[in-house]
Amino acid sequence: MTEHRLDQPDRPWMIRTYAGHSTAEKSNELYRGNLEKGQTGLSIAFDLPTQTGYDPGDELARGEVGKVGVPVSNIRDMEALLDGIPLDRMNTSMTINATAAWLLALYIVTAEHQGASEDQLQGTTQNDIIKEFLARGTYAFPPAPSMRLIADMIAYTVENVPKWNPINICSYHLQEAGATPVQEIAYSMSNAIAVLDAVRDRVDPSVMPQVFARISFFVNAGLRFIEEHAKLRAMGILWDELGRERYGVEDPKLRRFRYGVQVNSLGLTERQPENNIQRIVLETLAVTLGRDARARAIQLPAWNEALGLPRPWDQQWSLRIQQVMAYETDLLDYPDIFEGSKVMDGLVEELLEGARAEMAVVAEQGGAVEAVPYMKAQLVESHRERLRRIETGDQVVVGLNRYQESEESPLTADAEGGILVVDPAVEAQQTAAVAAWREQRDQTAVDEALAEVARVALSEDENIMPATIAAARAGVTTGEWSAALRGAFGEYRAPTGVGESASADHDDAELEALRDEVDRVSEALGRRIRILVGKPGLDGHSNGAEQIAVRARDAGMDVVYEGIRLTPSQIAASAKQEGVHVIGLSILSGSHRELIPSVIEALNQAGAGDVPLVVGGIIPDQDVPELEAAGVAAVYTPKDYDLTRIIREIVALVAERGGVAQSA
Amino acid sequence: MTPNAGAELGGRLAAGDLSAAPDALNLLESSAAADQPERVSLLAATSPAALGHEPAGHVVGITGPPGVGKSTLISALCKALREQGRTVAVVAVDPSSKRSGGALLGDRARISFDPADDGLLIRSMAAGDRLGGLARPTRDAAAALSAAYDVVVVETVGVGQSETEVAEVADTVCVVVQPGSGDTLQFIKSGIMEIPDVLVVTKSDLGVIAQRARRDLNSALRSLGARDTKVVAVSALPPASGISELLAAVEAHHASCDLAAERSSRRRSQALAEFGELFGRRGLDALGGRRAALKTVAELDSGLDVPGLVAALVVSAKLN
Ligand code: B12
Ligand SMILES: Nc1nc2c(ncn2[C@@H]2O[C@H](COP(=O)(O)OP(=O)(O)OP(=O)(O)O)[C@@H](O)[C@H]2O)c(=O)[nH]1
Ligand SMILES: [Mg+2]
Repeated sequence: MTEHRLDQPDRPWMIRTYAGHSTAEKSNELYRGNLEKGQTGLSIAFDLPTQTGYDPGDELARGEVGKVGVPVSNIRDMEALLDGIPLDRMNTSMTINATAAWLLALYIVTAEHQGASEDQLQGTTQNDIIKEFLARGTYAFPPAPSMRLIADMIAYTVENVPKWNPINICSYHLQEAGATPVQEIAYSMSNAIAVLDAVRDRVDPSVMPQVFARISFFVNAGLRFIEEHAKLRAMGILWDELGRERYGVEDPKLRRFRYGVQVNSLGLTERQPENNIQRIVLETLAVTLGRDARARAIQLPAWNEALGLPRPWDQQWSLRIQQVMAYETDLLDYPDIFEGSKVMDGLVEELLEGARAEMAVVAEQGGAVEAVPYMKAQLVESHRERLRRIETGDQVVVGLNRYQESEESPLTADAEGGILVVDPAVEAQQTAAVAAWREQRDQTAVDEALAEVARVALSEDENIMPATIAAARAGVTTGEWSAALRGAFGEYRAPTGVGESASADHDDAELEALRDEVDRVSEALGRRIRILVGKPGLDGHSNGAEQIAVRARDAGMDVVYEGIRLTPSQIAASAKQEGVHVIGLSILSGSHRELIPSVIEALNQAGAGDVPLVVGGIIPDQDVPELEAAGVAAVYTPKDYDLTRIIREIVALVAERGGVAQSA
Repeated sequence: MTPNAGAELGGRLAAGDLSAAPDALNLLESSAAADQPERVSLLAATSPAALGHEPAGHVVGITGPPGVGKSTLISALCKALREQGRTVAVVAVDPSSKRSGGALLGDRARISFDPADDGLLIRSMAAGDRLGGLARPTRDAAAALSAAYDVVVVETVGVGQSETEVAEVADTVCVVVQPGSGDTLQFIKSGIMEIPDVLVVTKSDLGVIAQRARRDLNSALRSLGARDTKVVAVSALPPASGISELLAAVEAHHASCDLAAERSSRRRSQALAEFGELFGRRGLDALGGRRAALKTVAELDSGLDVPGLVAALVVSAKLN
């Protein structure tokens, strides 16, 4: 027994791969394959319609069915998804939020059919709505009823599904939206406070320690991996403090900070994508190096993150990274290697100080729910700063803004450019499958179950879970359950955060020159150049659209940006009513081939077919000719990191279409 | 612009063709010299003189501090008005950045609309360098749109206390206040702010604090002798409440005022102001000084639109 070695190496963290696409059957195959490869837990990616509560066939689901995850619209789908996977032993993480109560109900009923009881079930529902409003975009209901659904789920699981983690407070997505480490800590902790306070109103005070202990976190780890490790230690300290001081949790074991990780994906590049492997490995060190703040579960992105969806081979590569780290290195052999480190303690102290100050600002606004507009604006602002640093070269990104020269990559040489492409026929198949499902079920039982869900939703203090589980048994669909709640709760559009963003610094000569050009073209046109930035469909990736909107404003344009999740006809109506000179669409979810033609058709119908259209996002090279043929004037992807250049080209496009002569 | 575009668009608006509105607004916003004659003919075609009566649309101004809930309230109002079968045009003004001149037109995002509904128009405008809460073309837009839509709603920039301009554009002015902020009360008491036609306390879902705000405003108004001003509490987030009471108060004000007289007086003072901007002291002197100018404009056709009145003043002053 020595102080610098463990008697026995630690057990590795839970090794997962975030996966799912096309259909329940296809995804089930994928899961079984991954488990055979030594993965130790499941992590289910649902498609966007399932995440936002629409069935295949709904106008908003267009282009999205089975794309970025698996569609699950009823109990049959859930059973097919988990077929042959023993739920009494599996540990399943479900990335599901607005519709979490519904998917947990489907999981419980599936387990029931397998003969597993609720108290055997282990896993996590992400179920964090505040970060959906702030960063992730798959919300469905207004803030207050959303918080109530979360509180209901926590109250229900603590009593009935005691090994379940009913919520994963997410800081991961905040960093992906541009958050600094301090913001990541402060906003996720404030979020946890809002959740715990909401639960406190709905449970017996004696179970609060159990409730506190069931709360886990889902965090991010970026490339500055030493500081990132410090961040996790700081979060552990704050969490312990919170448990003790605010919620009176006496037992230190119940106050332990437990977290899972997906490492940073925002910094993974489209250019020289093989470099992403190094990035992923280093980021994983941040969450594994120090024993006192080591992750419980890890999932890694793939080398082709910025190109499109990963294929099984790409995911295997990332799985093997974890296995090499866990089983070949000596990471797990030692006690905490940072104990007594001045550097680490100093970094932790710095972060704690910053986070406490920012938490106080949120508290002053009335807490995390009330402060959503504030926090959103802060994130947009931080992301603006991040992009500015990349543009100016203050932040080096190898292969992007430095060392761009490269050999041909063999990784992207195949016909599909090294990514997974989901068969577009899936959408029609799933739409038909849902129709067939509706045909064969007992409609009276379904109607009664839905009426009960609506009744409970409107009640003051009844828990939503029992009625939801009954609805799952009765054969209700995801879209129907969600529609019942939308009827009871109403709908909501989250703030965009762009209006509050400060103007760019005026010492940027390039931007100054662009402003002059915007003024010149505007004067010639008679009206200030007006751009509509639009996000069609269910895609919630708002970073690009927000930053384009802010930069266009900073260049002197008038900008209409209405946030995420608009239908093509809404975008067309806005373009017409607002008299815009140009439209910029942002699509990252891979539905551009369906949605862009729909938008163009809607524009023609609205009488705005002559407005030039540019597109940005994750658009594979091989799709560009098709889009250009449909009438798209220009396509931008992550390799186009110079935002000012993009705006300059848009101004030139407007000038050309408006018959404005080039400047002398 | 094609020749006669102004007259054509104005004629279509006057005939109730709502599909002309977006292009009409593009023209009204244009500062290009070449568009000015068309702009003037568009306004002439929707003027009382051309219509033979005041445009039937009711122009409602919604003003109040930043973030108080104006756009969200307008969203609820539009829904209620559309359910009554009335057509609505919203003109929402946002501030422009001083540094870049650009603007993020964010009100629109808060107003829900059904793209299949042709009876609801939402148009954003950037205030540019104007400080009164409106954009330069807002007045023209409201005038022209009121010839086609049943209700025209104008949302000002959220500027606190100095947004007096909207009273020169709207038939009925609603000031929206946040419960718990005593500012408006102070502004009204001290006379900084003119007494609005309707006071709206929003976010009444926040409970007692909203009820108290409403009571305080009521007693302040009574002590100032403003018995006619209604104070309405609303909550604009779904499920909205107080919206029908607000509409009733707005309607009641509409019914109680002499619209033709008020509008023509607003047009005259606007025309005189624009004339003054164009020709300065020299112009007023040519009309025989300020008092004489007021008399001259009062004698002109009360149905003329603002550019028409300005043109007539130019003739009287023999400036052309
Ligand atoms: C950040 C990120 C997120 C964040 C988004 C935060 C936010 N509010 O935006 C979070 C963590 C929430 C997220 C979630 C998801 N994500 Co994600 N995410 C990314 C990631 C890592 C970076 C995207 C980004 O923001 N980049 C920074 C911005 C500034 O760049 P950009 O948008 O590309 O914009 C640039 C250009 O494209 C262009 N541009 C973009 N838009 C526009 C518009 C106009 C008008 C113009 C002119 C230019 C332009 O200009 C910009 C300047 O460089 C990408 C992978 C990658 N590295 O690119 C995956 C990625 C986009 N995500 C993906 C997926 C699948 C998801 C999920 C759907 C997963 C799931 N099943 O739940 C979820 C759900 C999100 C949702 N609601 O839709 C996939 C999409 C797959 C596909 N296309 O086939 C990607 C490609 C990762 C992958 N390989 O799997 N994600
Ligand atoms: N609780 C509550 N919140 C509201 C209500 N109305 C608006 N809000 C919230 O207040 C914030 C601002 O609402 P807006 O409608 O954008 O306010 P605004 O006055 O138009 O803002 P500006 O145009 O920026 O000056 C949003 O977060 C709304 O959700 C309400 O009745 N109750
Ligand atoms: Mg507004």
